[in-house]
Amino acid sequence: MVAVPAPRQVPLFFDRYKRLVIVGGIVLAWLVLWLVFRNFGTLPLDASELTPLHRWVNSVNDAIGASRNSNPVFLYFFNEIRLVIDEFVTFIQALIAQPSFGRPVPMIGWLGVVGIAGFVSLAVAGWRVALLAIAGFVFLGLQGLWQESMDTLSLTLAAVVISLLIGIPLGIWAGLSDRANRVLTPVLDFMQTMPTFVYLAPLTLFFLIGPASATIATLIYAAPPAIRITAHAIRSVPRTTVEASESLGATRQQTLVKVLLPSSRKTIVLGINQTIMAALSMVTIAALIDAPGLGKTVVKALQTLDVGTAFNAGLAIVVLAIVLDRVTTAATERRSLPRWALFSGLGVTGVSVYFSYTYLWAAEFPTDVEIGSSIRQGATAVTEWVQDSLPVITGGFKDFVTFALINPLQALLAESPWFLVALVIVALSFMIGGLKSAVVSAVCLGLLVATGLWQDSMITLASTLVATIMVMVLGVVVGVWMGRSRRADRAIRPILDAAQVMPAFVYLVPFLALFAASRFTAIIAAVVFAAPVAIKIIADGVRAVSPATVEASTALGSSSWQTIVKVQLPMARGALTLAANQGLIYVLSMVVVGGLVGAGALGYDVVAGFSQGQLYGKGLAAGVAIVVLGVMLDRLTQAAAKRWTN
Amino acid sequence: MDPVISVRDLWKVFGPNASQVVASDELKSLSRQELMDRTGAVAAVRGVDFDVAPGEMFVVMGLSGSGKSTLVRCLTRLVEPTAGTIMFEGENILEADAKRLRDLRRNKFSMVFQHFGLLPHRTVADNVGYGLEIRGVPRAKRGERSQEVIDLVGLTGNEKSYPDQLSGGMQQRVGLARALAGDPDVLFFDEPFSALDPLIRRDMQSEVIRLHREVGKTMVFITHDLSEALKLGDRILIMRDGQVVQVGTGDELVGAPADDYVRDFVKDVPRSNVLTLKWIMRPPRPDDELDGPELGPETVVREAVRSVLSADKPVKVVQDGELLGVVADEEILGVVAGEA
Amino acid sequence: MARHNVLGTVSAGLVALVVLAGCGGAKVGDTSSGAAGDCGTFNLAINPWVGYEANAAVLAYVAEKELKCKVTKKELKEEVAWQGFGTGEVDAVVENWGHDDLRKKYIDEQKTAVSAGSTGVKGQIGWYVPPWLAKEHPDILDWNNLNKYADQFKTSESGDKGQLLDGDPSFVTNDEALVKNLNLNYKVVYGGSETALIQAFRQAEKDKKWVIGYFYSPQWLLNEIKLAKVKLPEYKAGCDADAEKVACDYPDYDLDKIVSKKFADANGPAFQLVKNFKWTNEDQNTVAKYIAEDKMKPEDAAKKWAEANADKVKAWLAKA
Repeated sequence: MVAVPAPRQVPLFFDRYKRLVIVGGIVLAWLVLWLVFRNFGTLPLDASELTPLHRWVNSVNDAIGASRNSNPVFLYFFNEIRLVIDEFVTFIQALIAQPSFGRPVPMIGWLGVVGIAGFVSLAVAGWRVALLAIAGFVFLGLQGLWQESMDTLSLTLAAVVISLLIGIPLGIWAGLSDRANRVLTPVLDFMQTMPTFVYLAPLTLFFLIGPASATIATLIYAAPPAIRITAHAIRSVPRTTVEASESLGATRQQTLVKVLLPSSRKTIVLGINQTIMAALSMVTIAALIDAPGLGKTVVKALQTLDVGTAFNAGLAIVVLAIVLDRVTTAATERRSLPRWALFSGLGVTGVSVYFSYTYLWAAEFPTDVEIGSSIRQGATAVTEWVQDSLPVITGGFKDFVTFALINPLQALLAESPWFLVALVIVALSFMIGGLKSAVVSAVCLGLLVATGLWQDSMITLASTLVATIMVMVLGVVVGVWMGRSRRADRAIRPILDAAQVMPAFVYLVPFLALFAASRFTAIIAAVVFAAPVAIKIIADGVRAVSPATVEASTALGSSSWQTIVKVQLPMARGALTLAANQGLIYVLSMVVVGGLVGAGALGYDVVAGFSQGQLYGKGLAAGVAIVVLGVMLDRLTQAAAKRWTN
Repeated sequence: MDPVISVRDLWKVFGPNASQVVASDELKSLSRQELMDRTGAVAAVRGVDFDVAPGEMFVVMGLSGSGKSTLVRCLTRLVEPTAGTIMFEGENILEADAKRLRDLRRNKFSMVFQHFGLLPHRTVADNVGYGLEIRGVPRAKRGERSQEVIDLVGLTGNEKSYPDQLSGGMQQRVGLARALAGDPDVLFFDEPFSALDPLIRRDMQSEVIRLHREVGKTMVFITHDLSEALKLGDRILIMRDGQVVQVGTGDELVGAPADDYVRDFVKDVPRSNVLTLKWIMRPPRPDDELDGPELGPETVVREAVRSVLSADKPVKVVQDGELLGVVADEEILGVVAGEA
Repeated sequence: MARHNVLGTVSAGLVALVVLAGCGGAKVGDTSSGAAGDCGTFNLAINPWVGYEANAAVLAYVAEKELKCKVTKKELKEEVAWQGFGTGEVDAVVENWGHDDLRKKYIDEQKTAVSAGSTGVKGQIGWYVPPWLAKEHPDILDWNNLNKYADQFKTSESGDKGQLLDGDPSFVTNDEALVKNLNLNYKVVYGGSETALIQAFRQAEKDKKWVIGYFYSPQWLLNEIKLAKVKLPEYKAGCDADAEKVACDYPDYDLDKIVSKKFADANGPAFQLVKNFKWTNEDQNTVAKYIAEDKMKPEDAAKKWAEANADKVKAWLAKA
């Protein structure tokens, strides 16, 4: 035999058992000490109180604002960037959205845009998707939201194009170089978990109010998936393929251009898809700094709690998302369209663009056919019915979860002395992931103390954990159902897609009616957003369990329940841990939205920091605390996943 | 004849301080495991020497982890060797700069891979022509040459297919055609057939033998399958733990294993298929009648069985008129019975 | 081939349809758009509440119709809007609720903004209860009796104390200090948005639930539900100087207009209009009601009011 070191065989059962005892011991000790030290050393901070750090951040912010007209960095760097981006967005808007070039209408009217959308979809995604795209775009017009949709589309396209211009080269770099990857990963983590509210106001300081700031806010959130997925794609090109190219004497450049990029095309297109979805999810938030489009309609409608109008606009965002998603997904398949089809498509598109440039009826979407008002009325009626008839049940449910789950967990985390909680978390991290995890957790906890927002962080942590538990319960129940039944999958998946793209602002109003302003409402909002991801991951994981194994289990006489519990779930545990990890991250990204409906703690700190100048520093610190919580939980779940799946 | 490839004291050490390991005689003398424990470095190839003659089919055989794949990658510097020399047509390729190395790869040698390494986004014809494309051969000429090798490997009619539309065997034919397209002097095969079904593997082995006969190229073939090695190899190098255990022809390995490792290895080989008469003959005894039929010493035992058993006198093993020894029923039966 | 036929039919049909339809219809450019007058561009910030929107709508309507300005509305939160004074992107904020911190920063320190006088609207911040509660328990309107009812206000968020629902994050509140300094058995719960507050009061009135919370007037909701203000210890100048020790009611706000320094210095017709703009709480409530409840577009709401109040509009323009 070859002298490879034998894999260390650990007596697993015993090890696991002992580990459980230790973990149990730690938790028990925590409970006892909690009784003793309750409400001592909890590091609380009142809503309007500030720490020196917060004041210092405020002063830095003020200094930047005061110097923006004299500082050369602003004059010659940020201004140039802003000008380029502004020009770019304005140009796209002039083409499809806004009156331009002295015309009372955009260059290309609705008919032309529908034609172009149909043709592009036909060319990259086939005729089925092309029909969907045409139907989708016409639907936007029928909703009475043509111009708003086009504004949103312009901004999204601009942000996506710039994201890709930056993201794909960076992704390639990170794919080729381990060092670049190590440097970029934490930066991307930061960009994706840092709440947008924190950098929204400073952005307008750097890039002024207008399309540039909105675009940059969007791309900070939307570029990371493009970078990550490109890097991943480059890394997953089979080693042999690269070697084959090198063995034939290809230069690095030739290998990159002829092998790596074409081989990763499919995956990179998937990255583009994710980037588009991320950009669309920023539409409403960007509206807070005057980004044009559907987001404004949503935000405005909410001032008067006009759920119907908000829903109509939210639905338009969902329609845009579905069309763009299907087109980019289908674009990953190899296809070749007959030449004549392409040419006739091009011809029809050309004609429709010409008409939409020339004739009024093709330029402005006709207002006499519309379904927007019916959608608005329908949504309003449904909301009213829900608000009138359900609170009796939902209120009880809320109280049950609050008293049985949220309050005890929050009491334990937020009313223990900070050093006790820190000690427990570090010890648990050590049990889960060894020394490295313990160090990461210790550093993160130290940073939380430094932000001055320890107690708020613990309250948010408690809600986050409860939300994640609910996400996982839903994920397992619905995911297993979808994984076992094709029909359930087909019926549920579109609803999940919609739930992910529908702006949270739209459903916050009915939620407030059902559950009042409370931590629970915030948790439910987070669950609505995070559960679809977890459900999809678990469904795919359950489906991926080899049919042979399921068959074998059935052949041995297992009931469905036994097959699920003893075969499918254990074999899908990779998917389960991934779902927990992603669920956590998605829940955390809703902390700020939660702050708008009664979550308090970090979420409220961020929202208030965005709204009140003197709380800015505190808001920023709260944003950092959210990122730190995210990093800590992410690393911990990953370590747990590693231990569990090995 | 001068060897095409001549390898001397070749080392490849992975891990930290690789160059220090090869600089120290003490560390070099350690076993793999000891080296690993002491320095954390893994010695994949340890002081390998061998020569490959022009036109030869040279097989490197070893189990997984023996270092054979690393060895073949060192030969083209896909993996950078830590120390040693590799003379290729009189030139030490370890001294070649990046440009020279590319030239060599483009013109002198090419490689066939275990997992094919085809480009999924290109048609068969474009995959085959890839090597020519990166050399800058014009499209028309590329197409012509691609077609030639496609025909040669029996892929005619599949030019427009994509790799994922082909069976594994067909895909490897594409890999083979790609390697042949540049008309290299040496072809390297890294376990090219181990991912294929047994039946297809047999076809492909025959295909390689046919090509070797038709194009007459020098080939270095890596495998973990002894029967494949015996079937294809003019000479076979057996590797273990990164070191050469034995180099020789098939019958040399079976007839005179260098150590217990090789002996154990060749134990189950059907010896009558491999051994020749020279391995089983004995000196004539005084009572032998020496007027029986004659056979050459390189005659494979299996082919001699009928003649020996049907003759009532021992068969004489004769080379250039000189009597080397005799083979009688008991020698033949000893070989054949050992297999039963 | 079947696929080709489908495609062919579809595209041929489309061509035919388009050609047929394209033969008629008005052409783009048949009607020309009006050009901007001598007023130039007027950048008007729109802060996100309906009362503000009412001010802005009427101002924009008058500026466009009478002064032929090109009005650009920018929808921004307060702080972002004030930042815009410095960059020249915002000319005016037309309903400002105190915001001493912003005044200090932008008027006193950065000197990019100046006040342009009162809007005539009086703002009031305080604690409110739904009308049914004020009717059934009139004594609740005095803060001294609040502890008596604390139990009724308990929720899942306030534990064993009464809940005081706070937290439109845009407004400064003294509520935590007030609760402490008035020895009230209440806990401040941060709703986090105006939406949360409105929804809470709406439901409280409809289902006769116990809610007490931070609110303000003028606000369009008050047209729909006449929330009752709870009387706190009377405000006296300086009683809120130390944020920690506040034990008195919020002051009345004289809602004013803030404009950028440049805009004021240029002294154009739009600035004159902003400076002269002044109306009453009733006026604003009327327009706000058109927008929020009758779901009129702000332009239409403004037009309706301006046509009914031509004399007031004329007064703003007269001095210009």
